[in-house]
Amino acid sequence: MATSNPSVFLLTVNGQIEGADFPEYDNLYCKYCYVYGHDWAITTGLEEGITQITCKSSLSQTLVWNFPLETSFKSTNPSGWPQLVVSVYGPDVFGNDVVRGYGATHVPITPGQHTRTIPMFVPEPTWKLQKLTGWLLGRRPEYTDPKVVAQGEGREVTRVRSQGFVTVSFHITTKDMKKMGYDTGPCNLQTAASVDQPCTF
Amino acid sequence: MKDTEDSEEDSGETLKRTLRAQRQRRRRKLLEQSSVKESQHDDEDEEEVSAVQDQSVKEEPAEKTVALRPPSGSRRGYSLKPLPVSSSQKLDTFVTRHLEEKLRAARFKGESLQQEKEVSADPASRLQSLRGRDRVTRFDRETDSVKAEEDDVSVALSARVKFKEAAKRVNQGLPTANEAYNFFTFNFEPEPAEETEELRRKKRKQKETTEKDRDEDEGEEPEEDDKEDSQDPNENQSEETRLVPTEEDLFIIDQSARDFLEVKKAEYVGVKKRAARDSELLFTPSFRKAPTSVKLPENVKPRFIEDEGLYVGKRPSVSFTNETILENRLLKMEEGLEWFGDDGRILALPDPIKESSTRPPLFSMEGDLNPAIQTVFRKAQKSKYAADPEGDYQLDVEVFGLVFSHHPLFSREHVLASRLCQLYHQYLTRQQNNLTGHLTDKLNGLRNALGNMMKIHREESLTLSLQQRISEYSLEVRDTRQLRDSEQEKDRTLLKNIIKVWKEIKALREFQKFTNTPYKLLLRKENVDPASDQQEYEEEIQAEVMELEAEKEEDYQRSLAEYRKQLEEWKLWRKKQKAKRKKKKKKKKSQKLEDTTEDEDEEQEGSELEGPEDGPPKPQPPERPDFDAIEQQVKEKASKIRRKPGEAVLIPVLSASGNITDSELCPRVEVSRRQEVLRHSLFIKILCNDKKVSKTDSRPLGTDFRVHFGQIFNLRIITCPQSINLQVFEDTGSSSSLLAQVFVPAPEPSVVTGSASLEDFEFSSNQRVMFDHEGVGSDVPLSFEADGSNKVVLLTSGKLTCGVSWGVGDDDVPLAPSASQHPGVKHSGLGHLDAVTSIGASGLYDMKKIGEWAKQSRLDPNDPKNASIMQLLKVASSGEVTAPEYFRLEHLQEEFNFVTDEELDNSRRFRLLRLRNQGVKEFRNYKFIPALENEISDKVFQEYERRLKDGETVDTREHLDSHRALVAKYLQKIQESVMNRLLFAKHRFLLSDLVVEEEIPSIGNKVPVLLKAEKLDSLEHPRQNVRERDRADVNHMLKILGINLFKLTEPKRPLKPQRKERKKVTAQNLSDGDVKLLVNIIRAYDIPVRRPQSDKAGQSSQPAIHGSDWYLNQVQVRPFVEVSFQRTVLQTTTADGPNPSWNEELQLPFSAPNGDYSTSNLQSVKDEVFINIFDEMLHETGVNDKERGPSIHTQVEKHWLGSVRIPFSTIYSQSRIDGTFKVNTPAVLLGYSKERSHGANSGYDLLRSVSEGAFITLFITIEPQLVPGEPVREKFDSQEHERLLQAAEKFERKAAKRYPDRPCITTVIDLNGKTVFITRYIRPLNPPPEFLEAFPNNPQEATTLVARFVSLIPSLPDQVSFSGVCDLWTTCNQFLTLLAGDEEEHAVLLCNYFLSLGKRAWLIIGTAIPEGSTAYVLTHEQSRYLIWNPSSGQFYGQYDTFCPLQAVGCLVDADNVWFNIQEYASPMRMSFDVSKRKLWKPFFSGSFPHPGLSSVQPEELVYSRTDEAAAAELQDRIEKTLKDKIMEWRPRHPTRWNRYCNTTLKQFLPKLEQSRGQDVAEGHRHELQRLLGDYRVRVTAAQTHTESVEANTNRHVFPPDLRIPAAHVLLRDPTRHRGRVQHRRPQHPRIQRGVRPGCALLVDVRDVSLKAFQRRGFVRAGGRGEFAQPGRQLLQGEIGDLLTSRQIQVLQRTTSSKKRPAGITTIKKYIYCIKTTVLPHSLWEISSKNNL
Repeated sequence: MATSNPSVFLLTVNGQIEGADFPEYDNLYCKYCYVYGHDWAITTGLEEGITQITCKSSLSQTLVWNFPLETSFKSTNPSGWPQLVVSVYGPDVFGNDVVRGYGATHVPITPGQHTRTIPMFVPEPTWKLQKLTGWLLGRRPEYTDPKVVAQGEGREVTRVRSQGFVTVSFHITTKDMKKMGYDTGPCNLQTAASVDQPCTF
Repeated sequence: MKDTEDSEEDSGETLKRTLRAQRQRRRRKLLEQSSVKESQHDDEDEEEVSAVQDQSVKEEPAEKTVALRPPSGSRRGYSLKPLPVSSSQKLDTFVTRHLEEKLRAARFKGESLQQEKEVSADPASRLQSLRGRDRVTRFDRETDSVKAEEDDVSVALSARVKFKEAAKRVNQGLPTANEAYNFFTFNFEPEPAEETEELRRKKRKQKETTEKDRDEDEGEEPEEDDKEDSQDPNENQSEETRLVPTEEDLFIIDQSARDFLEVKKAEYVGVKKRAARDSELLFTPSFRKAPTSVKLPENVKPRFIEDEGLYVGKRPSVSFTNETILENRLLKMEEGLEWFGDDGRILALPDPIKESSTRPPLFSMEGDLNPAIQTVFRKAQKSKYAADPEGDYQLDVEVFGLVFSHHPLFSREHVLASRLCQLYHQYLTRQQNNLTGHLTDKLNGLRNALGNMMKIHREESLTLSLQQRISEYSLEVRDTRQLRDSEQEKDRTLLKNIIKVWKEIKALREFQKFTNTPYKLLLRKENVDPASDQQEYEEEIQAEVMELEAEKEEDYQRSLAEYRKQLEEWKLWRKKQKAKRKKKKKKKKSQKLEDTTEDEDEEQEGSELEGPEDGPPKPQPPERPDFDAIEQQVKEKASKIRRKPGEAVLIPVLSASGNITDSELCPRVEVSRRQEVLRHSLFIKILCNDKKVSKTDSRPLGTDFRVHFGQIFNLRIITCPQSINLQVFEDTGSSSSLLAQVFVPAPEPSVVTGSASLEDFEFSSNQRVMFDHEGVGSDVPLSFEADGSNKVVLLTSGKLTCGVSWGVGDDDVPLAPSASQHPGVKHSGLGHLDAVTSIGASGLYDMKKIGEWAKQSRLDPNDPKNASIMQLLKVASSGEVTAPEYFRLEHLQEEFNFVTDEELDNSRRFRLLRLRNQGVKEFRNYKFIPALENEISDKVFQEYERRLKDGETVDTREHLDSHRALVAKYLQKIQESVMNRLLFAKHRFLLSDLVVEEEIPSIGNKVPVLLKAEKLDSLEHPRQNVRERDRADVNHMLKILGINLFKLTEPKRPLKPQRKERKKVTAQNLSDGDVKLLVNIIRAYDIPVRRPQSDKAGQSSQPAIHGSDWYLNQVQVRPFVEVSFQRTVLQTTTADGPNPSWNEELQLPFSAPNGDYSTSNLQSVKDEVFINIFDEMLHETGVNDKERGPSIHTQVEKHWLGSVRIPFSTIYSQSRIDGTFKVNTPAVLLGYSKERSHGANSGYDLLRSVSEGAFITLFITIEPQLVPGEPVREKFDSQEHERLLQAAEKFERKAAKRYPDRPCITTVIDLNGKTVFITRYIRPLNPPPEFLEAFPNNPQEATTLVARFVSLIPSLPDQVSFSGVCDLWTTCNQFLTLLAGDEEEHAVLLCNYFLSLGKRAWLIIGTAIPEGSTAYVLTHEQSRYLIWNPSSGQFYGQYDTFCPLQAVGCLVDADNVWFNIQEYASPMRMSFDVSKRKLWKPFFSGSFPHPGLSSVQPEELVYSRTDEAAAAELQDRIEKTLKDKIMEWRPRHPTRWNRYCNTTLKQFLPKLEQSRGQDVAEGHRHELQRLLGDYRVRVTAAQTHTESVEANTNRHVFPPDLRIPAAHVLLRDPTRHRGRVQHRRPQHPRIQRGVRPGCALLVDVRDVSLKAFQRRGFVRAGGRGEFAQPGRQLLQGEIGDLLTSRQIQVLQRTTSSKKRPAGITTIKKYIYCIKTTVLPHSLWEISSKNNL
């Protein structure tokens, strides 16, 4: 790859899944994966991962994972920009492992530090009896594929319930994007940080 | 305070300090108050003040020094520094202690200082003294520190002031302190009350003002005061505390609780005082409106922009009081005026709130909807009135009355009277309009203007523009005058006529001596002043004359000018002529001198005569106008059209007050007329759309020929009427006749009752009526003259007064159709609001209409809402050229386009992206589309473009013949169209696609279905059904709960585990390696066993073979199963005997093509699972290694016995395959026999041997379970009757409900994508005649032949071809033309043939293995039922165990569909008697009879012979391809083809076909073996269809063990194999060096109906041979009756040189040969009657 005339640009995502806020649940763990378009590929790093199980402490009601994310992407086309899909699981009253939330966010496009708070949701059972049996048997409805939450198609048939929040912090580095004609906005770290969504805890 | 002012550097710290100081001050004050007696002296004040001054003065310079010098710069600053830093208490105490010591040491100095101060007590010198002191502190080090401390305390440590104070009090007792600080304590002992302090401060202030001569900064003081005023009174003491010498704080040692206590009088401020103070501080805006003048800058009048026509948006509504409050508040502000607009109101943006909400109301999807807004399902209902669904309008027709202007019963007087009336009406309207007056006024105005203009500009020369204007004016004057004249003339004639008619009436009355009409005309005279009138008249005439003269003059001038011009021209021309003539003359002179002048004259004359012909004629001067005549003319005209001057103005007044002569006084004729009139009565019929709606009451005709009805009719209509017709009927006692019709236009929607006015409609009738009485009749000539001249013909006519309007509903809604529905759309009223409703959407494109509408509705051009329309209109009106011919809502869109569309189209990158997005096959999974255009090569598109181009052209190379190629193309097209249809459905998701939920059969879903079903059923047995349903529901519920709860306790590892439903996985998150194919091979039955070697004919070593025969009988066969799928081959262990049981699970990896695991792609996977059964043969090769001692080498060979092929698509759609399959065994399997034994075992075998062939029990599934494609959820359109479709749907639904596992099909989709009822496919169709001719005596044979014929038509599953679950049914001729189809097509064709053969045949819709849901054919022959598998041509008895048909869903014949409602679905356990209603539920029954559906099938099928040459060519091609392929697979070894074998097998093949693929007779085998002589030969035969040569060579022709790609196996190192070969060689023998088997392929292809298919034989002999001699023979037998194909036979034979007796030649070569043949006479073609 000639540096003067690049044919791909690179996007490096460093960061961590910091933690979550699920007021009702405890002992949760989180799975993450990336969803990206045809023109994207992961060059280094893990595409998906699973965190440890974390418990709430008596002092803080926040679940803390601090699970590092380190992935580099290469791409030729900003379309299909990577999305981080997180899904949180944990045991229910009977000890069955059930899903506690799905959520997705786009990897920020501006270089710099970003913090994202992802609202989480789970699919609802189709009817009440199912809800009861699902609760009894620990078989809550789940998405066939967590990646569904990163796309729009077919979502209209589902109904979901909000659950909690997951906080992810990103450190974004890009390479060659400007050379290829994509200006992703402020490179100034201060402005980038101020643009960020504030943490809502 | 001052600190903060001064030291800007560390204001934060000083703030801290001051705060602290305040705190302590407060505390100190407390102490003071509690502990110190208040002994005050009067003079103290003064003293104090001085002290204050002193202190403040002392303090300030110190501060200044601090401020001026940076701390590090001076020693003092240095000493100061730690103090501000030490903000904590600890440090403070530490510092104070430290300072304490220092202070003590410095005490004397302090005393001396104090004295010094006291000395210099006078204020004037204070500063000087201070300065001096300052200097002292600088020089003296000790005092410096103390002083610094002192200063500092006031500055920094003032925080502890209170403590200091307290300490001071405590320490006051100490004499030293007293001495040292006498001055201070003395001053501050008494603590005055607040008021006094206030006072004091005021005094101090006064004093300070007086002491202005001081150097002190004055600005500070007042500021300080201001601040303190606003602060708490406590704070006032800060001033004071600061005055206190702060050394005191050094003595802070401890504090008591009392320190914090403050006891003090409750503060009270009087109400009035407070109010006064409040009013000082607070501002309460008044509620009264401020006058506008205040709000505007001075001398500015309010200006209302709206009145000036500028657009002003609607202001948001604010309550009046709030607005005035705000205004008043703003007025108080300095810049408040900025907030007011020009109109004196507060500036406001337009109200952003829309009047109507743009968002539709949201309803929560939860169940708790308000019942009021709950939607109720109403089935769509076709309107009875078809046309307009909206309907329900009300049309009010008011019939007021009618007046005849002529009636047959009119008397002469009536006629005149009505004429008079008309004239008078005319007169009145004219008077009302007063056109003459208007015009006269206008004329005068114009004249004045003209006169003025002339007067003004008389002196100056007229400019051109002015002249223009004047001429325009005079032109105008002329026109107006002419108009006025004509109007005046009309008036005059009208008046004259009125008078004339009146005179006639009078004459008539006189003549007939009675009066019929009450009319009376009075002429009122209005006298005028004759003189003025005369003058006016004269003036008028004068003015006119002058004007006319001027005009004439002008005309004259103009024509004169014209004349002059022409004359000029003429003269010019004349001159020229003359010059010419002169020239001529000169010439002539030179030529002939003798020419006389006369001649010249003549010539001249001649030329003159000639001249006018060429040139312009001499113009005639215009005549001067005759001005006298003008005056005369004017006067004449005036006398004609105008009142004479002085003549009275006549005003006619018509009144109906006259008396009518009584009937008695009239003559008889008149009386009879009057009686006649009374007999007449009139009524009106109202017709709407030519239908009589109503009629009025009959009303008598009055003597004045007026009829009053006054009736209103409310018409309830549903469409806007095309016509409203009022028919006037005349009722003459006995009969009524239609007099006239009046058509009333339908009113505009805006015309509603109440607002509508009555209108007059004239009508007339051309009826001829004559009377013998006085009535004048109608259409009869009538004369009023005595001599009968001047006849007029009068027709019955009149005026009908009526009104038509739209009714108004209860809620004031006009019951009128919307404007768009209105037939004659005229716009007014309502249309003003919205352009679209006004002129209709189509009108938007019509510029003119928009313009008209905009004008009508008076759009505000400044309203931004109308900006676009105004812009458009402006463009449209400014010039026709620029007006666009389209109306674009986003006319700025173009400016936002990045590039033009062409550029986008040309961009390769965008094209690539677009194609990928469209899901074009080539690009669907294209990764990494380059970011830059130039990185994309054109090659990317080549393939795609070629495919597009090839869409039209047909590539014949890949196909066996052109027909096949065409068919393939056609199929492709259908596939595309079906794909397009499916595309939409595919993007619709169900919940189950996205969410995994525990499968609980839902009652919620069931109930509605049941309810509906129940409704439909309820006619039959209502009550029972309801009860059943309830019970079923409850049971269902309990079952679900029970089962699920029971599951919790079920054992983890049950003894007999059952196959559970697994979690389904959608394909989207799969990748290679995730999916595995699980093949569970359980057991097999009736594997062929090895035949004793004795069968080998012509062998010499008979006894030896007999010996081995015994041995072989012991080990009949050692079969194992090898499963190959997608290049993976796995095998089971070897079992023993013909009925082995393996029970082994094999896992084969599956990878989808292109890594695309989408449903559509998986469905189109064409891979097949090959399950091959081999026999493992062990050969002991004996000792061959001398060095290592004697050892036995065993050689393992595998002999192919048969195979089962299961397409992946079947597994995918079935999700699992479980059952026993018939193994596809070769027709000829040399060396093996199907018979269990040769008589060794007894009768048991006989029982078993009913089954033919071997069977294998398998369980195949995919792990994880993939979701099979859903059937298309799209309703196709249909030509079937709606009722039939509904019934079919209901039938299927009920069937699915009761027996979900039994397939039920009533409607299918044909190739055009239309829904067709299934019975239309069943119709007797003729098979090819040869079948019938072949066995004229044996119908059974013919039947099997037909079945075989059908079975040989290639099968192509719909899933593969259409990549979606969409079962298309083709008709039989389509099927035969396409030569490809599903099981259903085969079954339909077979069924139709059977019907044609006269059998009773049905189509079975059922499930079978491995096909799943499929179609079979059932025939009833000789009291037993036979089940035919159309794909194989085999039939089974009803009770055949090995019948692949597992369940029967329904039976179909040409007339009906029966659904199986028996307890069991298995054919063995059920009855096929469809006449039993309890077992079979018919679709068409008594309640719904067969409507007589016609068949979609053709009348008959036409067959034609195939082209023999083409067949021969095909034969050659197949042969060649096969040969090439085999050679290709063995690249390292030369392949030779054996001709001997060819000829041998040539004789054999036709016999094979004769047996129709069944086991060859024993004789044949012997013959074969004899033919092949020396070789041990095993023959296998298999059958395949041809699709294309390419496909076959890859997939079908060769058994999989041959096919396992050569590269894969052959590329292994042969030497390594040799080493291992000794022990076990699982590989194919062909690749073993040591064995060198020969392989012969014999291919024989027969083509029937251009349906080429082949039989394949595979012959192989085991044994380790050094050479192989394959043979191949082409058999070209005479099998006239057979239209079917031949086998490809592969004969393979190897012999071991070691085992071979001597004398037999060995050939160390592989020899292959392939030949195909097509039997020419048996080729048939379906005529291409059904054009594709």
